[in-house]
Amino acid sequence: MRDFLSGLKRVNARWWYLVIAVLAILYPLVIKSDRWLQVANFFFIYALLGLSLNIILGYAGLFQLGHAAFYAIGAYTTAILSTKFHIPVLLLLPISGLVAMILAILLSRPILHLRGDYLCIVTIGFGEIVRIALRNDVKSLVFLGKIPGLGFLTDALSDAVFTGGPNGIFGISRPGIPIGSLAERIKDLPILETLGLAIKGQTLILRGHTAYFYLFLAFVAFTIFAMQRLENSRLGRAWMCVREDELAAEAMGIDTVQAKLLAFAIGAAWAGVAGNLYAGWVTVIAPETFSFWESCIMFCIVVLGGTGSIPGVLVGTVGMVVLPELLRTWLANIQQWRMLVFGLAMVVMMVFRPEGFWPSRRFRYELETAREEVAGAQAG
Amino acid sequence: MEAKLRPWYQQSWFYALVSLLLAAVLVLTGYQLSGPVFLQQVVNGLTIGSFYALIALGYTMVYGVLKLINFAHGDLFMSGAYLGFTFLGMLIGAGLSSQLLLYLLPIFLIVMIIVAVAGVTLERTAYRPLRRAGRLAPVVSALGASIFLQNAVMLIYGARYQSYPKEVLPDVRWSLAGARLTLMQVAMLVTAFLLMAALYLFIQYTRVGTAIRAVALDHDTSRLMGINVNQIIRLVFIIGPALGSAGGIMVGLYYGRIYFTLGWGYGLKAFTAAILGGIGNIPGAMVGGLLLGLIEAFATGFVSDAWKNAIAFLILILILIFRPTGLLGERVAEKL
Amino acid sequence: MILLEAKALTKNFGGLTAVDNFDFQVHKGEILGMIGPNGAGKTTVFNMITGVYPPNHGEISFNSQKIVRPSDSRWEAFLASTVFDTVVICLSALIGLILALVIRRATTAGFLASVSFLALMVLLSLVAGWGITRLVRRLIKLTVLRPRPHQIAEKGIARTFQTIRLFRNLTVLENVMAGRHCRTRAGLWGAIVRTKNQQNEEQEIVQDAERHLDFMGLTEMKDELAKNLPYGLQRRLEIARALATDPTLLILDEPAAGLNEQETTELMALSSQIRDTGITVFLIEHDMKVVMGISDRVVVLDNGAKIAEGTPAEVQANPRVIEAYLGEEEW
Repeated sequence: MRDFLSGLKRVNARWWYLVIAVLAILYPLVIKSDRWLQVANFFFIYALLGLSLNIILGYAGLFQLGHAAFYAIGAYTTAILSTKFHIPVLLLLPISGLVAMILAILLSRPILHLRGDYLCIVTIGFGEIVRIALRNDVKSLVFLGKIPGLGFLTDALSDAVFTGGPNGIFGISRPGIPIGSLAERIKDLPILETLGLAIKGQTLILRGHTAYFYLFLAFVAFTIFAMQRLENSRLGRAWMCVREDELAAEAMGIDTVQAKLLAFAIGAAWAGVAGNLYAGWVTVIAPETFSFWESCIMFCIVVLGGTGSIPGVLVGTVGMVVLPELLRTWLANIQQWRMLVFGLAMVVMMVFRPEGFWPSRRFRYELETAREEVAGAQAG
Repeated sequence: MEAKLRPWYQQSWFYALVSLLLAAVLVLTGYQLSGPVFLQQVVNGLTIGSFYALIALGYTMVYGVLKLINFAHGDLFMSGAYLGFTFLGMLIGAGLSSQLLLYLLPIFLIVMIIVAVAGVTLERTAYRPLRRAGRLAPVVSALGASIFLQNAVMLIYGARYQSYPKEVLPDVRWSLAGARLTLMQVAMLVTAFLLMAALYLFIQYTRVGTAIRAVALDHDTSRLMGINVNQIIRLVFIIGPALGSAGGIMVGLYYGRIYFTLGWGYGLKAFTAAILGGIGNIPGAMVGGLLLGLIEAFATGFVSDAWKNAIAFLILILILIFRPTGLLGERVAEKL
Repeated sequence: MILLEAKALTKNFGGLTAVDNFDFQVHKGEILGMIGPNGAGKTTVFNMITGVYPPNHGEISFNSQKIVRPSDSRWEAFLASTVFDTVVICLSALIGLILALVIRRATTAGFLASVSFLALMVLLSLVAGWGITRLVRRLIKLTVLRPRPHQIAEKGIARTFQTIRLFRNLTVLENVMAGRHCRTRAGLWGAIVRTKNQQNEEQEIVQDAERHLDFMGLTEMKDELAKNLPYGLQRRLEIARALATDPTLLILDEPAAGLNEQETTELMALSSQIRDTGITVFLIEHDMKVVMGISDRVVVLDNGAKIAEGTPAEVQANPRVIEAYLGEEEW
């Protein structure tokens, strides 16, 4: 068995990627169930969120427990601009990322100097403020008009862009590409149905879960690719140095403030993009989707899976998102015990494997060396 | 990370002066503008604040000795509330509903003991094994423990809210310059203050209290001085949750309704209060709690009820930017 | 030629004067040793040179350029703080908002009355506010008032730490590669797109790092995690990392602490080799064999003040130095 596993390891990584890619592409064609396509799509969204948080938490070592705020900002930017100004959703993708990034820079600049635990609390605070602001609808800030001198705020805010309050925003249009006259010709092709696409006017839009599956798959694949490159670059190393010892990093010529800002900015931008994808997919968003609990899930995805490691984040996503769904089906009758077991599992996992399920190669290297030494000592 | 002489606008006397001035201005304007409503908010604020203070003490003590944010602390507070509910229910079932007040003290004690045991168990299972595992793992473990506790309570008591009996304290009200003051509020305030005062005296003037303060400063040195660090940590996990559970019963008596997500809201705000006063600083937790309660009461009364949490968090963030060690906290210089 | 010069350097921590009116010069190409009893203020001097905290009085010049200049003015201290930045930016956002609302009141034209205009104005004013803070920084020459360590490193001063501060979970090679950060430029774009420039630069970084590892004799350990290295090699790694920044001046804080006889001798040989490559060395040491053995000149600090300066022989014979270390002679 041992030989088999080490034999597996020696197989070139590229073959593994190919196998996984083929399996992924075939997945929606084989698994026709809507439910499992949805689960897969949730997996992709959370994988994106986990990977974006991985930059902030895993590489740069910044305690971010309010990541859902950036996710929310991306989603709401898309929702508001799409429903109010009818800007196509795909176009809003970079815009959502940009807005999230700008807000991240603004919010994180004053707090960058805070030490780990304090940063943790502040990010929780930011996350909550964003959620409360979304839930109360910016319009409700009208009370500010009561302050003498700011009376004009009342009119301005009362017809301000709305965030829909606790019910959120519905009717977000689906992502689509205008294809002009081609639309007429391919309107009735059956392949559109299988791929989950549809024609609306002169636009090819994504309607079924399958189409979104491929869109999300492409994004996740690109993200993994980009992140691998980041990890092994000057910027990635700078982040890891900041994580390991900030003072030493600074003394070696790394601008730690800029590095941390960049980590927040990029991580937030990605989360904003995930928000856009999510909004375009579900077409209805509400503030409660972006609660502290969501931030916790993302946090746990990164830490439980293996901080700073890309496969770790993917495994973590499976654990935090897919596993509960599987359990829900298989253990339907004891469903209410689900969360209880979940909480217990988190504690157990950390106690027995604090470095996460699939730690980044640095930690694993150390574990392997330790195990080899023990094996050597036992053999010799 | 740097030890530098603080500029004038960051020194304690400046803060004290500003706070006093602000308080005086607020009190005068408030009373001028809104009269009794203002005083009502002060009363409400102090009451809520004392709850936050009791819970905040648990957070601050644990953070002081372990440098760990015990996310499950709010849920221990919540279990205290539910246990109180159970015992009161048992008494009512035994036909003693007219004498609940008599049994209040024993109930407090029993609940505090039970929750203290839960706290120690929590420490032993979820935190102790992770003492040397870095900063991230304990956070996840704490979150897991929090989920576990919440859902355990939900499974036992059901997902709907539960109601505390209303007849525990006689409904006596007084009028204080137009503001309504109930016996319940006075009782809560007095109890909370007594508990906090007891804790403060304990920490400042007993040997064990000094040991706790020592462990909060440095584990290894404390060990060298002959202090059993594990025992002290266990003690902290007894006192903190016990106080929190007392707060839980009081919240139940005051508001009448409890639900299993209580720990979440109160926990976060109590933690905000602890940071406000200076995390790791016990008088700070008390001051922070009261202050936060007042801020929240004013926000509810004069600004907007829906935004009160956001305002509380905003204040927290501002404090952390301008005075990261909190109102009463001390800057710690790191040797380079 | 004078490479580094400090005049009237003073540092107070609360009521404690750690460094008191300290003057010294480091000449190019020499090895200057700084000795003194524990708590004399030696590391504090290093920290001030490398920008960890600013002095209360005095100034430091490097390569004839002033790099650290303190300020007594509380006004300047305020302008340099993040409090000021935050206040300015918030104020400008507020002003922008109010301006936008006033304009909105005045006109009814579509865009100007919409919320997007409001948002745009706020954004613009935030940028303006940020610009103002940048301007203020320029005006008060913040980089000299409160230099940040990475700026000092870029200028050519590298250091090691008394308590070894390696990047423990990174490999030996990666630690040294980190030193190349300030001499290279690739950013986010280069990282993801892997432009030709970036690829070349990455290759150079690895080669440079390997070269420095070779110089320090660490090549075999290059893929080990830094935290797994034995103590002596960790010290070497820290020096290798500092050398990778291509410094003109290398500052070593107790490099021989915890080393055994043989390691100490190797360190001394290494220091001479470093000096021979043209790098000036400024070190703190307690081990007299090391200091007196390799230093060209020695300066002695006691209770924050300079009590002697000169060649090792001169300093060793100086009665004040002997008194500081051994106490006064009593017959």
